[in-house]
Amino acid sequence: MIVLEGITKRYNGTTVLKDVSIAFGDEGVTALIGPNGAGKSTLFGVVGRLIRADTGTVVVDGMNVETAASSDLARTLAVLRQDNHIAARLTVHDLVEFGRFPHSKGRLTLVDRDHINRAIHYLDLEPFRDRFLDELSGGQRQRAFIAMVLAQDTKYVLLDEPLNNLDLRHMTEIMKLLRRMSDELGKRIIVVLHDINFAATYSDRIVAMRDGEIVADASAHEIMREEVLEAVYDTKVDVHTIDGKPVALYYR
Amino acid sequence: MLTKTMNSDATEAPETTGWRSSVPTLWAKPGIRLLLLGFVVLGLIAVYFFTDVPGSLAFALKIRSLTVLAMIVVATAVGVSTVVFHTITQNRILTPSIMGFDAFYVLISTIIVFFFGATSFLRADPLTLWIVQVVVMVAFSVFLFTWLFGGKRRSIHLMLLVGIVLGTFFRSLTEWMQRMLDPLDFQVLSDAMFASLTRPNEMLLALTGVLVVLACLAVVPLLRTLDVLTLGEPTAVGLGVNHKRVVMALFMIVSVMIAASTALVGPILFFGLIVANLAYSYAGTFRHVWTLPTAILIGAICLLGGQLVLEQVFALGGSLSMTIEFAGGLFFLYLVLRKGAR
Repeated sequence: MIVLEGITKRYNGTTVLKDVSIAFGDEGVTALIGPNGAGKSTLFGVVGRLIRADTGTVVVDGMNVETAASSDLARTLAVLRQDNHIAARLTVHDLVEFGRFPHSKGRLTLVDRDHINRAIHYLDLEPFRDRFLDELSGGQRQRAFIAMVLAQDTKYVLLDEPLNNLDLRHMTEIMKLLRRMSDELGKRIIVVLHDINFAATYSDRIVAMRDGEIVADASAHEIMREEVLEAVYDTKVDVHTIDGKPVALYYR
Repeated sequence: MLTKTMNSDATEAPETTGWRSSVPTLWAKPGIRLLLLGFVVLGLIAVYFFTDVPGSLAFALKIRSLTVLAMIVVATAVGVSTVVFHTITQNRILTPSIMGFDAFYVLISTIIVFFFGATSFLRADPLTLWIVQVVVMVAFSVFLFTWLFGGKRRSIHLMLLVGIVLGTFFRSLTEWMQRMLDPLDFQVLSDAMFASLTRPNEMLLALTGVLVVLACLAVVPLLRTLDVLTLGEPTAVGLGVNHKRVVMALFMIVSVMIAASTALVGPILFFGLIVANLAYSYAGTFRHVWTLPTAILIGAICLLGGQLVLEQVFALGGSLSMTIEFAGGLFFLYLVLRKGAR
């Protein structure tokens, strides 16, 4: 379980997170939604120990994020951030190999190599194994980063807007993949999404944030209602049922 | 390599790994490349030792081996510190001199000449002078790190920016003091401010060598962590690196190396830029196990080659640091333009 208790974070007087308390970990895929500036990335930053909260505690499987050894946490929780710029030229294999660093500290064992091969296979990256990252398309790059996180072999995987800059096909591919990772490998995935229809289709639980607070936390069906979504996004949203599934229309 | 898989559907690896090993060009192996560089360095040393021996060979060898040792020590300090600095800052067109190291060194020397005169500067015990310069430079950098990186703000960029501003401040202060110097004092000072590798003081060379070797030994256990730092702070933290502690330690190591070698031969940091970038493209890998020694050897080649060219072609009509900085400036321009074009 990832348990957040009373997390508050302020930047120069602006409160970005207001006394947030929530627990993740029972569901396979949890989607975190909400308008820009709602505090989603900050929340991820606090859980991923990149940002230190002003008050409150985060406990991951009994380890306090502030005090536990960074390498222990890295074997339990993996975070994929929004922008992943790398100054050096790496191949896909090099990148995925880094996923094993928390386990091997860089000296790869047979087990590590096995994890790397499986992660590359799982994301269909064999043809690109020796390609440099800057030679890949956006979708392939994103898959390479997910493969690194998969090789890290953690129970919890946090992804901050993994669908950014991807086309329809690749967005669907990534979401199906996350679903599979949860169903087949037992991962607990928490993912920030902007497209609420993807959130509704692929997640077991949706957490909605606004102005640094959690305003809704329920199953997809309960969240996909006009009054809930309009309150979260402050904009007009129509929800229709198509093939028995709720679909939000917010284009008009 | 491994083909055993736990998943039944994961039977993939042999094909791609097979492709890797079916290109057995020795050139692709970083170890072979490094070995080749090592031979070039040994060759240059031999040429340097045995050309134009004016009198007794034994005497020439004694003098020249000191110079070669100084070159290797300086190449190590500059190469390692620049590569590590690049990795920490995630930027490959910086050198540690951006933190104002060189400028600070010149300022210290100028202050000494300004207040005590050139004669005392020249007559001062070189050991005392070296210790003062090293201690003051390390203290300055430690202050900068702990103030701007160790505290709550913890920003590498802020630290670099403050370093640039301080560097400019040191430079203008130096210039102002130098304008008020006696022309003779000024002459002595500006001569001393060009890096000089020939005829180093034996004891200082030994001390600097020990410091540089110790610093290198401190880097060795961090080699793989350095690789992870290439991915940037967020990813490195996600992979379990204690970013703050590691970066602080690396900064300390870098500043000790720089301070010691600058106090030995004078300001010479600019040439780290050429060395590091040549090392990246020559080594063909981002792994520090290879890029660091490659940078050291390329540095040694630049210094030895530069000195040979200077002695043989220009008959010592210039200084090594001037030659290297001229080449370095051109190379820097090339790097910036190529980056812009991409």
